[in-house]
Amino acid sequence: MSSFKKVQTTAGIICALPSILGFFIFVLGPAIASAYFSFTRYTVIEQPEFIGLENYRSLIFEDLFKVSFYNTIYLTSLGVLSTIITALALAILLNQKLKGISIYRTVFFVPSITPLVANAVIWTLFLNGKYGLINYVLSWFGINGPAWLADPRWAKPALIMMGIWGVGQSIVIYLAGLQGIPLEFYEAAEVDGAGIIARFRYITWPLLSPTTFFILITSTINHFQMFVQPYVMTQGGPADATMTYVYLLYNKAFGWFKMGEACAMAWMLFILVITLTMLQFYFSKKWVHYELF
Amino acid sequence: MFRRNLLFFLAYFIASILAFFFLLPLWWMVSTSLKTSDQIFIFPPTWYPNPIRFSNYGEALSKINFFRHFSNTLYVTLMTLIGVFFSAPLAAYSFSRLKWRGRDFWFFTILSTMMLPPQVTMIPLYMIFSRIGWIDSFKPLYIRFYFGPPYFIFLLRQYFLTIPSSFDDAAYIDGCSPYRVYWSIMLPLVKPALITVAIFVFLNTWNDFINPLLYLHSPNLYTLAIALNIFKGQYEVDWSYLMAISTLMTTPVLLIFFLLQRYFIRGIVLSGIKG
Repeated sequence: MSSFKKVQTTAGIICALPSILGFFIFVLGPAIASAYFSFTRYTVIEQPEFIGLENYRSLIFEDLFKVSFYNTIYLTSLGVLSTIITALALAILLNQKLKGISIYRTVFFVPSITPLVANAVIWTLFLNGKYGLINYVLSWFGINGPAWLADPRWAKPALIMMGIWGVGQSIVIYLAGLQGIPLEFYEAAEVDGAGIIARFRYITWPLLSPTTFFILITSTINHFQMFVQPYVMTQGGPADATMTYVYLLYNKAFGWFKMGEACAMAWMLFILVITLTMLQFYFSKKWVHYELF
Repeated sequence: MFRRNLLFFLAYFIASILAFFFLLPLWWMVSTSLKTSDQIFIFPPTWYPNPIRFSNYGEALSKINFFRHFSNTLYVTLMTLIGVFFSAPLAAYSFSRLKWRGRDFWFFTILSTMMLPPQVTMIPLYMIFSRIGWIDSFKPLYIRFYFGPPYFIFLLRQYFLTIPSSFDDAAYIDGCSPYRVYWSIMLPLVKPALITVAIFVFLNTWNDFINPLLYLHSPNLYTLAIALNIFKGQYEVDWSYLMAISTLMTTPVLLIFFLLQRYFIRGIVLSGIKG
């Protein structure tokens, strides 16, 4: 038996070895290096020069940093909110026992897999103030649409609206959650005279809370990473209205060669994401229910 | 009964309106790719191309070396896929079915790195690749996947855990080695999961923007995503060409989706629910 144990251990380590090596080479090593760089002035041409917390201090007082931070919080909070509302509403709609509903499922899912850059190209035309389809559709309702991506006040809402078309994967996750709710719950509630709203409030929402929580966390992390849309569609403009955190980080590193500052931004992003996730875990105790009975 | 019918009708009605809006960007992409330029710059916009101008595609393809970029993207996808197939199932197998000390420690260590934003390691990795002369080559785009990408390890481990342990036990009693169990029993059993993983790899590579942007500098190495963005900068007004290229870039993704829809959905659900 002990030789069996030995064989298992050897095989276990050999099979996991590439991944353990990967952890050291591609994660731990670079992470330590970037933590060190974040305390240095590093322009690639010269050797890194240790300056302590100076990068962090100057970032906090930098206007562009503050703007990018504000933009990212704006895009994340409204983006996550609209994702959850849209995905849940569509999932409930798709969960109805209707003939041919699977075609609708495909339709709502497909936009979430179109390549991001192609999507960005389509939406640049879509949101064009003069010839864009969005403003045409709005004109049906007598609304004179703004210039969207060319207007500092409307560029962020435009990106959030564009994000709604990408909720397909969240819909699929919600649908799986909905299908896990026993039908008897609804039947019992109906017998007791609960209406649609009461059934949602007391059955669907609490039983879906772990799913909502999962989408909340992953969607928050994804929104914090927003880069392609501003890079391709607006280059961070107009007037820095779509300068996101990661886009600024990219500019600092590969546009202005301020590697130290960029690494400091990366670590601040990590701390922010971790803090937010832990806060969400903390508050989740109040509204997420894991036990069915 | 009347109320039930009314609700059904209402559900179809709402679903149809929403479906219309969700399909609009794709329809607009395809229809714009077939329009003449004076059909694009008019208000109100025209819903469908008339006349249909197929030559947009030929002209767009002559302005951009599409097949070069297409094969670059395909090459990166393939090399990534080989890496993932080599390292991820092996690690997932070790972390789920072999018993060894420190196993769970390493699994959770590797899993927890998914919380680390890629930006943290981006700059040092760039320096390393630059030091060893790998900038402006495809290698930095796929090498990481030969060393156990955490997400795919996690996904495959979920599948491995669903296989009853009697499968391994029987094989061990017959005198199989753990490697034999992996190769002859486990891998064939997780084939559906491998298809799901392949789809995700394909989608991610097709979508990836920041890594090719960092590492590919010669135009003849560009992947489709980078080439399309450059093309956008040069032909901002030639929407029909831009949309033709976008359509060509999107078609393989849609094709794969329609062929393998089942695996798609299952993968998303599995990574979402048990996560």
